[in-house]
Parts: sequence; C-alpha cells; structure tokens
Amino acid sequence: MGNPLPSSRPAEAFPAGLRVLIVDDDPTWLKILEKMLRKCSYQVTTCSLATDALHILRERKARFDIVISDVNMPDMDGFKLLEHVGLEMDLPVIMMSIDGETSRVMKGVQHGACDYLLKPVRMKELRNIWQHVYRKKMHELKEVEAHSFDEVINILRNGSEDIEDRYLIDETEMSSMRKRKDVENKEFGDQELNDPSTVKKARVVWSVDLHQKFVNAVDQIGFDKVGPKKILDSMNVPGLTRENVASHLQKYRLYLSRLQKQNGGTCGGNMPSDHMNKTIKGNFGLKSSTNMQQDWELTKYACTIENFQTLGIVANAAHVSEMNSRVAPAQVIASKKALVNDAQLGLFLSFKGMLPSIKEKACKPLHDERPVMQLMQYPEQENYSILEGYSCLANPDRDHEPSFDHLPSSQPLVMSATCTNGKDMKDLYEMKPLQPAIPPMACMIDSVSIQVKHGLVNLQDTGAICKLEGSPSIEDFYLDETNNQGCFPLTCEVSLKSKSDSDSMPEELHLYSVQKKLDCLENLSVSGTEIYQYIDSVPTSEVQSINWCEASELTGDYLYDQVDYSLIDEYLFA
Amino acid sequence: MDPDKLTKVYAEFALDVFRQGFLDNQYVQLQQLQDESEPQFVLQTATLFLEDSEKLLNELCGILDDKEVDFEKLVARVRKLTDSSASIGARRVKNVCMDFLNCCEKVSKEGCVDCLKQVREEYLLVKRKLESLFKLEKQILAVGGSLPAWLQ
Repeated sequence: MGNPLPSSRPAEAFPAGLRVLIVDDDPTWLKILEKMLRKCSYQVTTCSLATDALHILRERKARFDIVISDVNMPDMDGFKLLEHVGLEMDLPVIMMSIDGETSRVMKGVQHGACDYLLKPVRMKELRNIWQHVYRKKMHELKEVEAHSFDEVINILRNGSEDIEDRYLIDETEMSSMRKRKDVENKEFGDQELNDPSTVKKARVVWSVDLHQKFVNAVDQIGFDKVGPKKILDSMNVPGLTRENVASHLQKYRLYLSRLQKQNGGTCGGNMPSDHMNKTIKGNFGLKSSTNMQQDWELTKYACTIENFQTLGIVANAAHVSEMNSRVAPAQVIASKKALVNDAQLGLFLSFKGMLPSIKEKACKPLHDERPVMQLMQYPEQENYSILEGYSCLANPDRDHEPSFDHLPSSQPLVMSATCTNGKDMKDLYEMKPLQPAIPPMACMIDSVSIQVKHGLVNLQDTGAICKLEGSPSIEDFYLDETNNQGCFPLTCEVSLKSKSDSDSMPEELHLYSVQKKLDCLENLSVSGTEIYQYIDSVPTSEVQSINWCEASELTGDYLYDQVDYSLIDEYLFA
Repeated sequence: MDPDKLTKVYAEFALDVFRQGFLDNQYVQLQQLQDESEPQFVLQTATLFLEDSEKLLNELCGILDDKEVDFEKLVARVRKLTDSSASIGARRVKNVCMDFLNCCEKVSKEGCVDCLKQVREEYLLVKRKLESLFKLEKQILAVGGSLPAWLQ
C-alpha cells in the first residue's frame, strides 16, 4: 500500500527542495528546464517519455510534489498523462506548450492541469510553481476541516420551515465527528512539506497494484452497489481510509464517464454494454460486469434532463439501501459543491428531476430555483427504497425498478447535502420530509457517507460524485460537446502568459558597440567575410603567433566546419 | 590578437545576430542560466538543438520524398522543430516553421517542399551564427580576454 514513507528531503526552507518531475520529449527543453529548476533550488527529475514518467511516479517511493509536462509527446498525449497522474497520484500537474491557443489551454484546465505555461518558460514562472503544491494542500485541509461540517449544520439549520429542531445534528455529534476526522488526518503525519499547516493529510499513492485491488473490489461488489466503505472493506488494505477510497472512487467514475463519452457515448444514445465493458476492460483490466449495463442504462435516462450535473452518476451511485417497512420519509437537501480538489468531506449531491406520479404531488418548490422533492415513505409499503425517486428522476414515465441496495436499518433517516456550485445553483433541489421524527444525519462529501445520528443507518454506500477540480465536467458525459458547462474549479489559477514581446531582439543588449557599417550585414553568405567586416584593420604582425586552426580543439560537443572558417582564420590571424 | 579587439568583434557580431533575428531573447536567458557549475551550458544546449534539428530536417525530407505524403507525421515533426527552435531562441527558424505548419494545413506537397527548403536554409544560417559565436568566445578566452556580459 502506498503509505507515505519518510521524506528524503533535506531540511530546507520550503519551497526549496521541491521535488519536480519534468516530462518533455525535446532534449533541449529538458536540459534547459532542468537547469532553470535547479536554479530555483528544486530537486529535479527529468523524463522524456510519458510512459516513463508514469512508471517513475508509480514505482518510486520517493515521491514527487509536482509534475510539469509538455502537451505534445510522442508516446502519450500530455492530457492523458495529466489524467493518469490525477487519478493515480493526485499530484498537481502543470502543462507546458509552445501553443497557447485558448482552446488548448482550456483543455488543459479541463483535464485537471493546475497551470498552463507557454514556452519559452521564464524563470519567474518556474519559481512560482510551489504555490500549486501549497494551494492544493491548503485546500484539501480547508475542505476537510471547515466546510463540510459547518455547511451541513447551516443547511440543516436554515432549511425549510418544516424541519424541526430535532433534525439538526447536535453539536456534540458534529464535534466528535470532526475530532474523528482530525485524528485520521494526524495519524499519517505526512511530513512532505514544511508548510505552516498543522494538520497533515496522508496522501495515498495509488500504485497499479492498489488500483487493481480497488477495481477488483468494485467489480466484486458490483458497480451499482459500490460505495467507499464497501470497497475499503473488500480491499482490506491496512492504513487505507475511507476518504482515500472515496476520492479515488470519484475519480474513477469520472474516468469511466469520460471513456464512455469518448467511445461514442453521447447522452441519450444506447450504450452497448459490451462495448462499454470492453473499453473499461481495456483501460482498467476490469472483469466484465453486468452491473455496468445497468449503470449506463440509468445514465442514459439522465440525458433527457437538461443541465443536470451529476444525476446519472448519482443515480448509479446513490445506492441507498432500501429501507424496510418502518422507514420514514427522508429529507435530502441536495447541493453540489465544485471542489477544487477531491476534498474528503461534505456530501454534495445535486439532484434534479421529477418524481413519479405517486410522489409528484408531494413536490413543493421552495422557490423557483430550488424546487423541493419529497419522498413519501409509507410505512406499510415493504421494500420501499428511500431513493426510489431517483429512478423517476431519470424518466418519470417509466416504471423503473430502482437498482439500489437495501438499507439495513429500520429507522428513518435524513440525508442532507449541500451543493453550492455557483454555476449550478439553479439546479439545486431539496427534498423535504413530510413526516417528522427523522433523525438527522451528517453527510460526508465525496463518499456520501451518510451517518444517521442515532447510529442506525450507515449510508456509506451511496457514492455521490462531486465535481473535481478541472476534471472534465460530469455533464460532458451527458451533454454534447458544444455545451461545455464546466464546473470550473474555484481557485485554480491559470496563468496565461501571452507571447511576450520580450522575445524580440533585445535592444537593450549592453555589449560593446563599435562603429561599423551595417550595410555589410546584408550579405548573408556564409563566409568569413562577415566576420571580416567587423575588423577595422588588424595588423598582421600582432597575430602571427596564434594559429587559430591548430589552437581550436575539435571537441565532441563543438560543431565545427573547417572549410567555412578558413576565411575567418585568414582574416583574423593572417 | 588583442583581446579587447576580439571582444569588440564578438560583441558587435552578437548584436547583429540579434538585430537580424537569428537569435532572440531566449538565447540571452540561456546565457544568464550559465554559471560556474556548468560553464559549457549554452554550448551544450545549442549543440543539442542543432543535432536534434538536423535529425528532424532529415526526417522531414524523408516524409516529403514519399509518394504519399503523411501530413500528420509532417505536422508532428514540424511542431517539434518549432518547439525546439524556441528553446534556443532561433527566432527565424521558428518563424519559417510556422509558415511550414500553414503549408501543411493546406495539404500542399509543393508548398511543404518549399517550406522545408526555407527551414533548412534558416537552420544552416543560425548554425553558422552559433558556431561563429562559440568560436569567438573560445578565442577570446584563449587569449585571456573576457566575454561581455549578456545583460538584458
């Protein structure tokens, strides 16, 4: 398992010693960039092939802080490498290219690049790359600590008037959960960076083996039933936390959705399960899973709903176990937050859609932008899935059996989540309970690990997806290419350096200036005469002692053409 | 030869190389990167560039010699050459490479052959300039002179 090993970095002040991996197929650039980075006091590893880079990242236990990669490479598209690194290693990646076209840069950002540098790269740009490492850390910690719990509390408190106080999670419960989170964070005591933040988060390196275990677990459980806790248990890897699995699951889902899109999966189309399975197999070595078919069936329906961000995947993933007869209505306040990174907490689902007829009348929009869905749970109905509504979200006209797991508990539950993506506010929906006496729950982001206050239901199987930083927006999966309503990361800073004019002739070059005629420069013929022009008059007696031809050594790294310079020699040292 | 004289020659020559756009600011950046730990840095980098470019030019020649020109391959190599030339600051080479890319887009074999000829010419020119610069540098140091600082 990729437990972080002790850092081999000498104790220098951050950001000195930053461990950078450079990937570029151009040997000249590789040399130059290495030199530049070393001047910044960074530790540099160079690589000319993307496949080598991945190999290094996977194998080398001495880890890296940041990856810089060129976009155009022979063996693998730079964007693909970017994806892989994000999926497996969760490192910040900076893209580089001589091509600064907006569409390319946008593509880079969409694929998760934390910056896009234009070549030729300047020293000051390289000096600043440490901020991406730092920012990532800070955001991960902030998201974990600050947002999820507070936000859930807020939502619960400020919910609709129907919510009774008892729906609120009490403070002690929240703080104890928070403590648990902190303990988990501190357990691994990652000492990678000497940054000021006090709580360190362990970073798991998703090696090929680990990922394969993950995939096996997913397959075993069944893709539609999968959830971080189940995967974690199935993987049985000591030290791996549910959060690690959850964030990885998120990325994995996105990856699959992207694959589906690439393989002709425009929304609404029939996705042949074989094709899908084959594709996924090809990429991840999965065993075929008939559950995949079901998933894509669901997502297919989702396409009919506009602007919906995560429905399909939520429908896949939100496998809330079916509640038994005594389950009370559920309250789901859905919201989605565009996270900068795969933050570990703060459940953010966004549900949009309609309920089937029997439940439609229960829908009471709060206001225009936030219609409310209400799930009616009738005690007398057995085997009633709490989120049966999801199937109807997909297509209200169909009699669609929900493909959700069953809640093991008999207690009512409340699921709350908030989604506050600025772009998607209009897609926020709330589901309100009709009946009181529902124990409140805290929702955890990313894994939708919903814990019922009274400890009865653990909906950790519901894997909701949140928008990840820069990753191709989930809606790409559903909408056609033209509608690129990306959930852009909140704080990703892309510094687009326009082609500077500084590349032009340096007028300020302060060298000796000598009176000379410029006309002679018109003659560009390759001969010694051009050098000759610069010499006013060279007394031959002065230079007889120097035989330039003999003096100049022909070294291997010095290209030299004797014939052309015989003239120069003659004029210089005649 | 008088070291000062040599230095003057060198300086003026370098200025002209820049004025004519053979090399640009990127070359100055490389000079500034050079330090005691790597006194041959610019020379080595330039050599890498020249060798790599020579290879690419030969490949381009080969592709255009084919009956059926593979324009995708062509574009990929021209892009690489553009990228490479930007690394050393070979401005004129880069510019003709951009023209070359336009020719490739128009899928015109004739145009591309012309472009390749231009690129090769520019390549040879900048090669000469670089070689002259290095020779002069060596000569100056050999006679105990000092190289002018490459300021911006």
